[in-house]
Amino acid sequence: MNDKLTIGGREFNSRLFVGTGKFRSNTEMASAIEASGTEMVTLAMKRVDMANPADDMLAHVRRPGIQLLPNTSGVRNAKEAVLAAQLAREAFGTDFIKLEIHPDPKYLLPDPIETLKATEELARMGFKVLPYIQADPVLCKLLEEAGTAAVMPLAAPIGTNKGLVTRDLIEIIIEQSCVPVVVDAGLGAPSHAAEAMELGADAVLVNTAIAVAGNPAAMAQAFAKAVEAGRQAYLAGLGAVSRHAEASSPLTSFLD
Amino acid sequence: MFSQELEKYSWDDTTAAIAAKTAADVERALVTPRPSIDDFMALISPAAAPYLEAMARRSRELTRQRFGKTMSMYIPLYITNSCTNSCVYCGFNRHNKMARVVLTPAEIENECKAIRELGPFENLLLVTGENPRVAGVDYLEEALRVCRPYFNNLTIEVMPLKAEEYERLTHSGLNGVVCFQETYHRENYKKYHPAGMKSNFEWRVDGFDRMGQAGVHKIGMGVLIGLEDWRTDVTMMARHLLYLRKHYWRTRYSVNFPRMRPSEGHFQPNVVMTDRELAQLTFAFRIFDRDIDISFSTRESPAFRNNIATLGATSMSAGSKTEPGGYHTYPQALEQFAVSDERTPHQVEADLRQAGVEVVWKDWDKIFD
Repeated sequence: MNDKLTIGGREFNSRLFVGTGKFRSNTEMASAIEASGTEMVTLAMKRVDMANPADDMLAHVRRPGIQLLPNTSGVRNAKEAVLAAQLAREAFGTDFIKLEIHPDPKYLLPDPIETLKATEELARMGFKVLPYIQADPVLCKLLEEAGTAAVMPLAAPIGTNKGLVTRDLIEIIIEQSCVPVVVDAGLGAPSHAAEAMELGADAVLVNTAIAVAGNPAAMAQAFAKAVEAGRQAYLAGLGAVSRHAEASSPLTSFLD
Repeated sequence: MFSQELEKYSWDDTTAAIAAKTAADVERALVTPRPSIDDFMALISPAAAPYLEAMARRSRELTRQRFGKTMSMYIPLYITNSCTNSCVYCGFNRHNKMARVVLTPAEIENECKAIRELGPFENLLLVTGENPRVAGVDYLEEALRVCRPYFNNLTIEVMPLKAEEYERLTHSGLNGVVCFQETYHRENYKKYHPAGMKSNFEWRVDGFDRMGQAGVHKIGMGVLIGLEDWRTDVTMMARHLLYLRKHYWRTRYSVNFPRMRPSEGHFQPNVVMTDRELAQLTFAFRIFDRDIDISFSTRESPAFRNNIATLGATSMSAGSKTEPGGYHTYPQALEQFAVSDERTPHQVEADLRQAGVEVVWKDWDKIFD
């Protein structure tokens, strides 16, 4: 069956997006990307020498069939984010932008107010905006109205590998969303990714769990399988956990 | 607009899918934490009939968790039966020989006073036929203005309006809009609504988008049970509800399951829904959507209403007159449909209390409008 994911007018076969930070080497990163089968790779603008087309990191990321998703990590407010997005469009030749605005350098938690402002502005300028946000269902609807291409709620604080800590909220977001929901940050194991996909997430983004694994390429492949399995389970319709039967006192005898 | 979305769904495929549901599908739907439209189809299917008791338990549990043991009360006020439509099932059909009435502002005010004598109602449903020439938006605006001092929550059930007209009325105290699609069967819709504005299926079905765009706080939906296969029709309505919830997420929603009885009038229903089926549908809807307001009018009998009150219903009318001026001005004109529950609001309240349900008259304040 055709189960492609469409974001910003582009189709994706793989529902695993990967990040490029924290790898031991660019070579290892490249092999992990390849093993993951991903078609969307995010990279921090701040890590790349945008003036140099032969930048080593960029050279390892650019592959046919892979959509670059530059992220604005490092900016602290909407104004800086808009400026960064414009530079990224110029440097990478893409309208896709992962909006990351975290004024707090410790937990890297996203600022919802500045993110909404920047999304409004960037969507108006024709960007395909993918904002990294708290798992906040109301914020997701406001971003939709602002013209976002997708929403990227966090599963847990970034880099913690804790899994779907925000599960209840992510479920609400998935239920209500008119745009793709990409679960971002905090997924530490393939089983976490599978769980997100079983809930009906459209995709997941994984970085730390792959980058710091003993064998990143093998882990990337494990994530790819988990994402596929979770997606398939979601489409197949999960069986429900059965509950205890309750003592029956007939509530429907008035219908006899 | 939903008229485009609806094109994705085949009527016949939906009917077949419901008929193909099995006991295993029903059992799954009963326990899954987030029932899908497929689960809903299982719950309303014939395969779910043996599970009625389990469905009643689940529906009661979810209703109590979300709403508590309460019942919100409302009362309809018909202000005109003038109508240019010729809906084949309706008492207000323009070909019916009957006295046509358009209440004046002074008469509307007298009706308001008479209603307040009946009980401490705060939720008023203003109802009209469709005749914009004598009862258009200006008239509705005036009616809302007259009713405003007497009630905290005003809802209208009138012809579909333009988005800017809904918005204009919200400035005159409009809180909710009820509109029954009657049927989602696009082709047969024309048979039941052969003339007048109402014959335009798309204008009616897209009216809900316009309400959402106008920021109406609460939208009421319904299909008229008795026209087409009710299972398919309510499935289409459930799809419509999902669509509206996604697009107009600031709005609250309610549903109503008006069913035609064989004895009621000149039009004989094509399908007759039994009490058991109506109960099944109510439980299924609650299990499918735990936040939805499920409303029962006085079309249904006292016995049915007393029981469904603890099993899924969350709002009810009482003491209703379905003719314009019925409370005070013209207590004898022809009604739109036959009322089965003629208890006074106080009797209804006493019976509900007996069933362990607290009656809530006021759950909104006009300062929030």
